Amino acid sequence: MIELGKYAGTVLAAYGISLGLLLAVVVQTLVANRRARRELEEHERNG
Amino acid sequence: MSIWEYANPVKFMRSSGAILPWVVAGAAICTVFGLVWGFLTPVDYRQGATVKIVFLHVPAALMAINAWLMMLVASLIWLVRRHHVSALAAKAAAPVGAVMTLIALVTGAIWGQPMWGTWWEWDPRLTSFLILFLFYLGYIALWEAVEDPDSAADLTGVLCLVGSVFALLSRYAVNFWNQGLHQGASLSVAPGERMSAVYRYPLYLSMLGFFLLFLALLLIRTRTEIRRRRLAALLARENRA
Amino acid sequence: MRALLLRDIRLAMRAGGGFGLGLAFFLILCTLVPFGVGPEGGTLARIAPGILWIGALLSCLLSLDRIYALDFEDGSLDLLATAPLPLEGVVAVKALAHWLTTGLPLVILAPVLGVLLHLPGPAHLWLVVSLLIGTPALSMLGAFGAAVTVGLRRGGLLLSLLVLPLYVPTLIFGAEAVLRGAAGADPATPLVFLAGITLATLAVMPFAAAAALRINLR
Repeated sequence: MIELGKYAGTVLAAYGISLGLLLAVVVQTLVANRRARRELEEHERNG
Repeated sequence: MSIWEYANPVKFMRSSGAILPWVVAGAAICTVFGLVWGFLTPVDYRQGATVKIVFLHVPAALMAINAWLMMLVASLIWLVRRHHVSALAAKAAAPVGAVMTLIALVTGAIWGQPMWGTWWEWDPRLTSFLILFLFYLGYIALWEAVEDPDSAADLTGVLCLVGSVFALLSRYAVNFWNQGLHQGASLSVAPGERMSAVYRYPLYLSMLGFFLLFLALLLIRTRTEIRRRRLAALLARENRA
Repeated sequence: MRALLLRDIRLAMRAGGGFGLGLAFFLILCTLVPFGVGPEGGTLARIAPGILWIGALLSCLLSLDRIYALDFEDGSLDLLATAPLPLEGVVAVKALAHWLTTGLPLVILAPVLGVLLHLPGPAHLWLVVSLLIGTPALSMLGAFGAAVTVGLRRGGLLLSLLVLPLYVPTLIFGAEAVLRGAAGADPATPLVFLAGITLATLAVMPFAAAAALRINLR
């Protein structure tokens, strides 16, 4: 990689964990939003 | 309890829906470009490659604090003006802020490892962020624990106020604590070090990216909360009818 | 006001009122420590100030839900809320009752446990002084936390999660005072900060706690 040298492991670990956490919160946000929208629309259609 | 009748939620849904695509696009562009740019920046051999972690650590830490401040303002608006959207926005912001805090903690610890030789040190800054993380957890837990939404909003609002004061107080206490016990061993992760322009601009871009990311997530999550409340209100009305 | 105080104290002292429980927990905790870290005197002496403070803190935590629980369950809390005495005063009195029946006994027991944990001689005085100054804050902050979680099922764990971070500044300055005392240094600075925190807490928290109670009693 671009001049990571001996700290390659730590830098990649930091990036990996951080991006993983960000991805997790983004996915959870989108999934919850989609679900809430779907449930509300279903209810407004049926009810 | 039909909040849909109030002008605020409708206007919020409309406005947030309009700007959301822009915010998301901005977040994606700035974050990706900022992080990649920073990652590809050549390192100075004094610090080694670990300085690249700054592009994650500083934006995350900044957002961790800003998210809490936003929650504080939103809580005050709710407590004083009773705007439901405000309360829901505070609720929505908390998990994102907590994640930001966690990222700040992890990157801070990893960044310090080459310096300290251990994976964690009770450095004043990191310790303060750990305490902030605990406040986030308590806040989120309280929202989940109280059944009545308005009471939950009120109680978490009060908690946010009290928590803010004590988070600030803890910051000073922790500084005192770390210096009092270990003279001179305060190994600050020092994001305040003089940054050369090479690092400064990718850092600003990443900071902007993280801010827009927080904003995007906040808007989406608040919309989710509004929809949930709307559904709950409809169900409650039907059960009474 | 005095009637409320005496009543709460009497309730706490009854069997099952939790009076002895806090003391027993403090004792058990301090007994566990050597089993965990080894009986070597030097080690114990070094960590004794922190252990004693943490032990007192946790023992305080144990009896916090009791501050409002009984009154909430039988409806007397609603009566108190509508009584001529302001709710802030009720909170203050209840916190005082908690301190007298939990905090103060811990302060008295602490030096004895200090002996068990090889606390250096000069530190004993500062242990008592710091606990005397700090435990009222613990009771007051606990009264706030209990007000927020009153009536919640399984509110106990949530109470701990909410209250323990609030205890951090008091713990830092309290333990530091004892540490300095143990080393023969002057503990004035941490004691002053500790007193400041306690005074500010006593002045402000009743309002926050009363607000939380009003929300929960709606």
